Amino acid sequence: MFESCGCKTMGSTNSTLLKIPNAEELMQETGFSASHIVRLYDRFTSLDKEGRGYLCPQDFGAIKELAINPIRDRIIGAFFSPGKETADFQTFVRILAHFRPVDKDRTKEPEPINSRSNKLRYKDGNISREELLKVLRDMLGMQVTEEQLESIADRTIQEADLDRDGAISFEEFRKVSLEKVNIDHKMSIRFLR
Amino acid sequence: MLGGWDIAFLLLQLWVSIVAGLILLPAMFGVSLGFTDIYIKGLLKTLEWATLRIQRGQKEKPNVPQQLANGIIEKEDSPTSMEEEIGELRRSHPKNLAEGNFTLCDAFYFCKKGIENIVEDQVTQRFSSEELASWNLLTRTNNNFRYISVRLTIIWGLGVFIRYCVLLPLRITLAVIGLSWLVTGTTLVGLLPGCRMKNWLSDLVHITCYRICARGLSATIHYHNKENRPKKGGICVANHTSPIDIVILANDGCYAMVGQIHGGLMGVIQRSMVRSCPHVWFERSEMKDRHAVAKRLQDHIADKTKLPILIFPEGTCINNTSVMMFKKGSFEIGGTIYPVAIKYDPRFGDAFWNSAKYNMVSYILRMMTSWAIVCNVWYLPPMTLQDGEDAVHFANRVKSAIANQGGLVDLSWDGGLKREKVKESFKEEQQKMYSSMIVGLDCHETSVGPA
Repeated sequence: MFESCGCKTMGSTNSTLLKIPNAEELMQETGFSASHIVRLYDRFTSLDKEGRGYLCPQDFGAIKELAINPIRDRIIGAFFSPGKETADFQTFVRILAHFRPVDKDRTKEPEPINSRSNKLRYKDGNISREELLKVLRDMLGMQVTEEQLESIADRTIQEADLDRDGAISFEEFRKVSLEKVNIDHKMSIRFLR
Repeated sequence: MLGGWDIAFLLLQLWVSIVAGLILLPAMFGVSLGFTDIYIKGLLKTLEWATLRIQRGQKEKPNVPQQLANGIIEKEDSPTSMEEEIGELRRSHPKNLAEGNFTLCDAFYFCKKGIENIVEDQVTQRFSSEELASWNLLTRTNNNFRYISVRLTIIWGLGVFIRYCVLLPLRITLAVIGLSWLVTGTTLVGLLPGCRMKNWLSDLVHITCYRICARGLSATIHYHNKENRPKKGGICVANHTSPIDIVILANDGCYAMVGQIHGGLMGVIQRSMVRSCPHVWFERSEMKDRHAVAKRLQDHIADKTKLPILIFPEGTCINNTSVMMFKKGSFEIGGTIYPVAIKYDPRFGDAFWNSAKYNMVSYILRMMTSWAIVCNVWYLPPMTLQDGEDAVHFANRVKSAIANQGGLVDLSWDGGLKREKVKESFKEEQQKMYSSMIVGLDCHETSVGPA
């Protein structure tokens, strides 16, 4: 009972990596190293307590430190495409890959900004006043009055909305957040090499 | 002509006399014959060799994914607060920082924190066994270590044989002897009328029993700062990793235990223990009434002839890498607190009891098939409640002292989160902190309090 798996684990190499579906593809696509993928897989399986092979929003909710985050529901929501209630390992890794620091040789858009604005986006790709109000309410809770909330939202839109259409488009958002210093560094998670 | 049964009987006699002569008697007198020391030294050398061999093997095979023992995210050297981090984010924004206005990139802070917590968080890992930087030749800790060499496999196989066929029977024998001695000894002492002789005998019975049990786990314990040992009428407070903590501490002193009365074997032991000296056992129903509990403990420590109480304020087993929130109940009773830090060496065996995964019996069997239990115990100077300090603050002070001494991470999370959900009030605290940055500092808006 205690040593029964001894022979199996001491056998061939890469047995954990083999367990992970499409590991090679994932590594190519996301740029995570093999150790990272193995590590993330361990994390995924430990979050998936019932061993179903996918995660649902409650599994994320069980992470204690995430539970106290004011915008936790939005962050969790990023892992589930609209209409879907489950997230498999590929989705898990792909979303997290958005937060990797951008490699010098990659020419893609700074991914963290993309996903960040995804969280705020309204259906047509702009951040409307209502959306902004909702996010502000999440972050500030019951500590501020409705009027204060609205004045903050109005002021923010005033600063960022350059074409005066009443909403913040992705371009305007980028301009506002990316002005001087490379925010990619601030936003991305420093994964160990 | 000796028949089969006679030979078996002779062997049994031999076995018993070896156990008694070489282990039991020295244990009872607190004398060490040095076998355990030699064993531990030999073990250390073997493990060091194994580590080097594994590292060499990993260098030769660069394609194999390496173990990321310290987690996947770089840790900051000093923890930063919400204000500092948001301040840094805003520095990259052209707007003047003097006003505490909301800026869009503030949300980045929450976003990044959230994602980091999804990848790795400080709390969940405390409820499962600590990860080792290098394999210690126990299969149960073999996570991703690959086949390296024939020699390593042979040593591992030898280890399995020694642990299961030699050490395990020996340890079980010792444990059985130790516990039966406890039950019979305390019952006998309980028959005596109350007097100084009775207390002395009771202490003797308890200590010898715990020493036998410690040998039954091949425990090597290093006690530091013995001058701070808990005295009568005080409360001894320690971090909790497993039920074995009691054996570890009681090897060097006598304590009055506190706890719930159980049924079965545990209940038998508890009931006989209390015959020889006063322990504080509660019925399940009594535990709910906090005042009654506090009163009983207060009465106990008021009587200076009674032994110091042993309490584990975390309330649950944590995996010995951190200390979690201390429940304030024990710190409201009054009396002197004697903090004790216990740190196990994970190379020899994982002492943490993951009660969700293993029941008591499997846990004890795992303990008895580990290499050994090696730990350090530090007695810290006594602490008392200071003027104007409340119980929660006092509890945190004691907790920091213990964490500091034991080299453990000091967390303010509640160990009860193992089974419960986080309260909404914690999320509100985060919201409060953030709001005070936005609204509190803002001089343009009239400071209207929350409606």
